[in-house]
Amino acid sequence: MVDFGHSSDVNRLPRPDYDWVNGFKRMIFSRQRSVLPGFKLTLGFTLFYLCLIVLIPLSSIFTKTSTLTWAEFHQVATSPVAMASYRLTFGTSFCAAMVNAVFGLIVAWVLVRYQFFGKRLIDALVDLPFALPTAVAGITLARLYSDNGWLGQGLTKLGITVANTQLGIFVALTFIGLPFIVRTIQPVLEDLDSELEEAAASLGANRWQIFWRIIFPMLMPALLTGIALAFARALGEYGSVIFIAGNIPMKTVITPVLIMGELDTFSYAKATALAVVLLVISFFLLLIINLLQWWSSRNHTHL
Amino acid sequence: MSSTTSQTISTATRPRRATVEPPWVRALLIGITLLFLGLFLVLPLLSVFIQAIGKGLEYYGRSVIDPAALSAIKLTLLTAGIAVPLNCVFGVAAAWAIAKFQFPGRTVLITLIDLPFSISPVVAGLIFVLVFGTQGWLGHYENADHPWFPWFRDWLNAHDFRIIYAVPGIVLATIFVTFPFVARELIPLMQAQGRTEEEAARVLGASGWQTFWHVTIPNIKWGLLYGVILCNARAMGEFGAVSVVSGHIRGQTNTLPLHIESLYDEYDFTGAFAVASLLAFLALITLILKTWAERQRNASLKSIDE
Repeated sequence: MVDFGHSSDVNRLPRPDYDWVNGFKRMIFSRQRSVLPGFKLTLGFTLFYLCLIVLIPLSSIFTKTSTLTWAEFHQVATSPVAMASYRLTFGTSFCAAMVNAVFGLIVAWVLVRYQFFGKRLIDALVDLPFALPTAVAGITLARLYSDNGWLGQGLTKLGITVANTQLGIFVALTFIGLPFIVRTIQPVLEDLDSELEEAAASLGANRWQIFWRIIFPMLMPALLTGIALAFARALGEYGSVIFIAGNIPMKTVITPVLIMGELDTFSYAKATALAVVLLVISFFLLLIINLLQWWSSRNHTHL
Repeated sequence: MSSTTSQTISTATRPRRATVEPPWVRALLIGITLLFLGLFLVLPLLSVFIQAIGKGLEYYGRSVIDPAALSAIKLTLLTAGIAVPLNCVFGVAAAWAIAKFQFPGRTVLITLIDLPFSISPVVAGLIFVLVFGTQGWLGHYENADHPWFPWFRDWLNAHDFRIIYAVPGIVLATIFVTFPFVARELIPLMQAQGRTEEEAARVLGASGWQTFWHVTIPNIKWGLLYGVILCNARAMGEFGAVSVVSGHIRGQTNTLPLHIESLYDEYDFTGAFAVASLLAFLALITLILKTWAERQRNASLKSIDE
């Protein structure tokens, strides 16, 4: 029968006793024909295209880095400018992901549980940051929060400067990250079994206790996945940030902008060293996201 | 039977349901949602259109049909026109191999396909500079004393064939950043659909292509459309990766987002927003089509479920 395990199948880890050698042999040399054709053709094309577009170009970054000595690499990757950019990139990305976690949870809750006028419109609009090109988002936010912009004017009177400060970077990253949180929580919240809430209510729990003790723990894997996705996206973000950040050295230069600066002066080795740091962190986050998804799909099937 | 009874009981006791928040909490949460989304999404979107016509419609028109803007539009359409179909074919092929067949390493392959999503756009541009730039692999090949296939090197040098700071680099970088869109949309969909329908078609005598065109494509068309729409939006809007490989030559290697950046850097804010309004309009169309395709896809998934 068809397996409707949602994403559980995608994230299934291989059995520890899987016979890899014979598995590959069977895959490549098997003469036994499947009813469906095209396996070798499509898999061959997939691997070819993947290598051509992604893997071979990506390997260039590691071959380029290997031309640096360890001392050179260390010097570039841990220079004061680089360290300041990591601190800034991580700090603002983390704050943006956290703010999005709170508001994204509220937005997802409202969209799933309540009925009100204009709900479908708002639901569609949540994906705007995915659909709006980052450069457009960047110049728009920069103008809105500039000293004579719609929001900037009022904020300046309150003594808050957003444009050309770290706060501006945070605003741009919050804009970018919102859909990740909402769209990972929404399906889980929709699938939640109302029987658990009813049981808790019949046992005398109040609404807040039910949310905090029953619903929130069940949303936790999805919420963490969403935070990790938003954080990962924010770390590499470029287009929406450069316009509002002002790019003041040591103050508002995020790591991707720093890489861009090195490229503009044709210092490819330096740019590559910084890119390797960013790549390694991204891969590490990807691993965490995969583990989180595996965990949440496992939790899902247990319920 | 028992489910209907429990339903009657719950409807009978609805006035005092404990699984619903009090009205003021609802109102508060809806209010927070509207305020937050209004501030972060609606206001920026509105401001694009309002600032675009800040100096009147005539200025708007002039900014949009400016030769540099028109060449940027052309290049953007060309780039998306190459990147989207290629990634579409790849997505269908990858989903066919991964969803319809069992083989070791499927999960690893899915992770590798998703890889471009977790790579910063700037790094994505950088890798193509490292491969095709004058200091990269291609540059080393062109300047090598004893290269492999000398005739190919001579041909390259004779034709001054350039990839970086030229259109091919822009296309390649765009293909890279939009690589996973169609595949990651189709893989779960085709896994959910299984292979029973295709097997039935084959047993009844259909050829491989007939099965694919008459059984698989109608089943996945909404998911495919959904992936293509998202892929296209990103292809037309990509900024960081394209910025690295383009070289910003006006009228030659500027895509729409890069043209917006040039105008903005020259303090022609109204002009920048006029061109940006085209992309914002594209984003709105993307959202509408996406919502529609999503609804159709969910409906078709439900029909298999039943």
